[in-house]
Formats: sequence, C-alpha cells, structure tokens
Amino acid sequence: MTWTWFHRLGSPPYVYRLAERLTPWFAWSAAILILAGLYDGLVLAPPDYQQGDGFRIIYVHVPTAWLSQMIYVWMAVAAAVGLIWRIKVAHSVAAACAPIGASFTAVALGTGMLWGKPMWGAYWVWDVRLTTELLTLFLYLGYMGLRASFDDLQRADRASAVLAVVGVVNVPIVKYSVVWWNSLHQGSSLSLTGKDTIATPMLIPLLVSMLGFTLYFGAVLLVRLRAEVLRRERAASWISEVVRP
Amino acid sequence: MIGSVLRAENLHLWRTERHVLKGVDLRVCGGELLQLTGVNGAGKTTLLRALCGLNHLEEGRVFWNEHDVCEDLEGFHASLVYLGHEPPLKPDLSGIENLGFWTGMRRRISRAAINDALIRTGGGEFATRPVRTLSAGQKRRVALAGLLLAAVPLWLLDEPTTNLDSSGQELVAMLLEAHLDAGGLAIAAVHHGLGIAASRLRELNLSA
Amino acid sequence: MIATLPTEMTPPLRAARLVIARDLMLAFRRPDQLVQPLAFFVMVTALFPLSISPERATLRAVAPGVLWVAALLAALLALDFLFRDDAQDGTLEQFALSGQSLTWLLLGKTGAHWLLTGVPLSVMAPLMGYTLGVPVSASVGIMLTVALGSLALSFIGSIGAALTLGARRGGVLLSILILPLAVPILIFGSRATELAIRGEAYLAPMELLGAIVVLSFTLAPLAAAAAVRISLE
Repeated sequence: MTWTWFHRLGSPPYVYRLAERLTPWFAWSAAILILAGLYDGLVLAPPDYQQGDGFRIIYVHVPTAWLSQMIYVWMAVAAAVGLIWRIKVAHSVAAACAPIGASFTAVALGTGMLWGKPMWGAYWVWDVRLTTELLTLFLYLGYMGLRASFDDLQRADRASAVLAVVGVVNVPIVKYSVVWWNSLHQGSSLSLTGKDTIATPMLIPLLVSMLGFTLYFGAVLLVRLRAEVLRRERAASWISEVVRP
Repeated sequence: MIGSVLRAENLHLWRTERHVLKGVDLRVCGGELLQLTGVNGAGKTTLLRALCGLNHLEEGRVFWNEHDVCEDLEGFHASLVYLGHEPPLKPDLSGIENLGFWTGMRRRISRAAINDALIRTGGGEFATRPVRTLSAGQKRRVALAGLLLAAVPLWLLDEPTTNLDSSGQELVAMLLEAHLDAGGLAIAAVHHGLGIAASRLRELNLSA
Repeated sequence: MIATLPTEMTPPLRAARLVIARDLMLAFRRPDQLVQPLAFFVMVTALFPLSISPERATLRAVAPGVLWVAALLAALLALDFLFRDDAQDGTLEQFALSGQSLTWLLLGKTGAHWLLTGVPLSVMAPLMGYTLGVPVSASVGIMLTVALGSLALSFIGSIGAALTLGARRGGVLLSILILPLAVPILIFGSRATELAIRGEAYLAPMELLGAIVVLSFTLAPLAAAAAVRISLE
C-alpha cells in the first residue's frame, strides 16, 4: 500500500497535478501567517531591554537562517532519493529547492549584517556561524553551477545530487558552530528539549513567522516544481491536457 | 568456460529523450560469436556498455550463467573484458608496461607471458617502445594481446578491426576462432563481417 | 557468487598499489608537469611580500595564512589533472570494468596524487616560510601540518575532480566546488602552522586535521567512485 503511494509520487503528471492543487493552500496560509507574525513582532511585541527596537529584525533573520539550512536538508534528501531509486521527479524537487535556498541564505546573511552593525559594530565578522552560513551559500551556488555545466540532463541531475549529499555535512557544522566554538553570534534561544531562553511575547511572533516562512517556501517550491516538471516533460502527451493555451 | 551463457531480456534504454534500445533480447552461448550490426547511432556501443553495466538500463535484465548480473556486478566484470574504440594505453608507457598493469589488476602475470601474447598478435617487435611512437594499427595489436592475457570467457568488442590492415583483420578472426574453440563467447559490434564460420555466428541488427 | 569467478583474482590492496606504481611511473616520465604546482606555489607566495609589505615582522605575522592559501591554490590546480587524462583515454572505464572495487582504485589514484603534489608542497613550504621571516626551527612543524592538510585536501578534492569530469569549464568549477569543503582544512591547518611557527605545541589542531584526514580517506573515495560511475553512464 505504501509503495503505491511512493511510486505515484514518482510520476510527473501526478506530481504536477498535486502541486497545482496544493499551491493556493500553502500560498494563502503563508501570507496570513507572515503578515500576522510580522505585525505581532514589529508592532505588538515589547522592545528588548538591551537592544531596544533593533532586535526586531529577528523575525525575519531567524526564520530565513533556519530555512536556509532546512531547505538544504530537503534538497539533499530529494537528491539522495533521485540518486538511489532513480526517480526523476526527485531531481526536479532538488533543482527547484536550490535557488530558493540560496535566496534565503542571502537574506539571512543580509539581515544578519544589518543586525550586526548596531550589535557588534561591524557589518561582517569572520565568526564561525557567519562563515559557515556563507559556505552554505557557496554550496548552493556550487550545486546550481554544477547543474548548469552539463548538457546532458541526466548527468547534471546525478552529479549535482552527489554534491548535494556530500555537502550536507555542512548543516550540523552550522548548527553546532556556536556550541563548539567561542562565537560572537548568540547561542540558540529555541530548544526542542530544554527551556527556551526567549520571553513568550517575543517567542510567539517568532514561531508564527517561522511557520509562515516555511509555508512560503512550500508555496514557491510547488510553483518552481511545476515549472521544472513542465520543462522536462515538454515532449510528453499529458502536457497538452494540463497546459491551457 | 564450457557452458557459459549470456542472456539479456527486454532491454530498454533512453539517452536523454531518445529511445535507443527498444526491447532488445539476445542469447549467446559458449563457442558462439554474436555480431551486432546497424547504422551509426543505432545503439551498438550503447548495447555493449549496457551489457557491462556501464550504462543504466531503464528496463530489462542481463543474465550471466543464469544469475542476474546486478547481484554480483564485480564478479561479472571479472569474467569479461571490454575493448572499446580507443584502447586505454598510456602513451608514455611501453606496450609491455601497459599490459603488465592491466593484466596485473586481474591476476599475477610474468613478463614472459606478456611477451608471448604480444608475439601472438604480432606486437613483439615494438613491445618495449613507448606507445606514443606506435601507429594506430600497432596500438590495436597491443590491445588485442591484452584480450588474450585477460583469460576470461566473455569478450565484448566494439569494432575490433578498426585501424587494422588485412593481415590484422585475419589476426582478429584467428584469435576469435581460438577463443570460441576454447568455449569462450564474444559479442562484437561491427560494420562488416569478421570472417568467422557461419555455424558459430549469430547476428543482431539494431537498425531493424 | 557467479560460478566462473577466477580464484586467483588480485586482492584490492595490491590493485591499489599497482595503480600508485603506475601513476608514479607516468609522472616521472613527464617531470616538467610535476614541477608546475610547485612553481605556482612559489610564485603565489612571492606575491604577498610584493603586495603587502617586505617588512619581516609583518610577513611573519601573515606567514601561516599565506603559506596555506598558496598551498591550497596549488593543490586545486593540481587536482584538475587527477582524473582528466584517465577519463579521456578510457582508463576510468576499464577501472569500472576490471572486477576490482572502484573505491580502492580511486584511493590508490588519490594517494599517488598526494605523493606527487602534497609531499613536494610540504617540503617546499618551510623554504618559502623562511622567505617570509619564519624561523628555521619551525620547519618540521610546517612540513607536518602542510603534509597532513594536503592529504585531506587530495581526498576531498577527488570528489570534486570526479564530479566535474565532462563539465564545461570544469577546472574553475572544481575550485568553486571544493573551496567550501576545504575551509575546515584551511582553518585548522593554518592554526597548527601558526602554533608551530611560534614554537608552541600544535598537537590539538593537528589531531583535528588528522580526524579530517581519516574521515576523508574513508568516505571520499566512495563519493568519488559514485561520481566516476555517473560520468561513465
């Protein structure tokens, strides 16, 4: 029973139609949650006792930074599925993830720089957390560059998949960099197991915002996935039924 | 070696969007040569590489002695030798050094044995010269000696008579006949017949 | 097991040694190619005193970083040639068909590559260090750190070299792909070199570097073998 589901997920027309149906759900809920989270965080939440209003950039910086890593894991898992079980749609998912992940990483770095100036006095410091996050950006760009350098699509898929899987070692390094090394960057405020070190009125908009951005990633991924599937399957017969002229 | 069988059923392969192998079936037994014919681009090289496991088959299975080769690909490789368009000889090494390396990867080999094989394929005189000083035909004779030294039952050959003059083509026929006599089997992609007795010959035309 | 497997099959370690022996033999027949990464290393190191300052104190302060950046760039240059020739003349194809484990064969190739590039670099590094104002007493430390770091780099680089086979502008792409993965080596290596130059104990970063080496030579050949098979499809 589960294997039928798994194999159906490997069928491009099925995935295309599923993505088409799910996109509005993701898009609308993302819009609502992001707006709610940002309003709560930027307007309603109290200012931080140390940083004043400057800390509010956390409501964009933390979700984008977290997503920059989560998207990489998602991309690596899709790439591994495509590599091991030779499911071509999985490669489409990975290909669609990469530019989104790179953008989120860039935004995380950018918002981090804007926050760094008032907090540490400099836009950029060569600190472990920042450096490894920058490396994440290079990994995404490397993945996209490797893909683009092959004419044969199958070769591009499989070679970049190996790269994505190899690069996943960077994710735990980024996460634990603030634990393993003395870092200027603050440690985790959120914890699944221990007590959160952030005050509740500030925590709620952060969580809402994170969920909102994650759903936004989902929506954009679904749109890009559809485009990727269309591009790859343009010669197939089912396309004419789906694409209205 | 006696009784070896290579069988393939329903092989399908796509190269980007081109359906190159469309349900190919074949069966070769010990003592037989299968000639693959077809126009350029018909898929002869692709089929040879797919049988080896280099190219991925979307569908279909290959059986060596009734075992699926996917279960023990390295064992299957140990029983075959593949000779492509360009023999993989390093230009800066001599024929003997090249063959010593390739055969040594499979089993221990003495210099005398390598020399004997080279003499059999007419490469004795230029065995110690660097391969970059040899003509294309001479290189092919060195490569053919490699076939002998591999001492394996299955030969997969992609246009084995390329660059060879008429005596060279006779040599290939002779080597094949000896191999088939010993119970070995061979699959060769060719543009024209190799001159093997019809009783041991099978043909598969990929353009059809 | 398939019945016709010959029983006297060469063991994988011996096959890897044959690969190393062949690569060394080939390299020594073209000694001018061996010198290129070394020459590059010397030139890059020489650029820093020219562009920063010829003052010995300044140079000594930046020496670890300069040596490591130059060694990294020279190693990247050399990595381009790790598999290129073998891919073009069909050697890699035969490796995949030899009945030997491709992982072991690539381990051999990468080991030979380190012997031909990493080891000479690590011998050259103290000499260039001297020109940057580093005391001679630090020579052994510099040699050991660069040797270990270049070993890790060869293995990690082999993944990139295998991935970029057949890619357009593969050489530049290789460098871009490897750099993120090479950063930990750079960080620990230059830290170890810095401690060695100052005459302090450099065991701690060396151990971390050693851990990276062990990790890379066990895992990298597997990834490189997967990448080579993909290039042969």
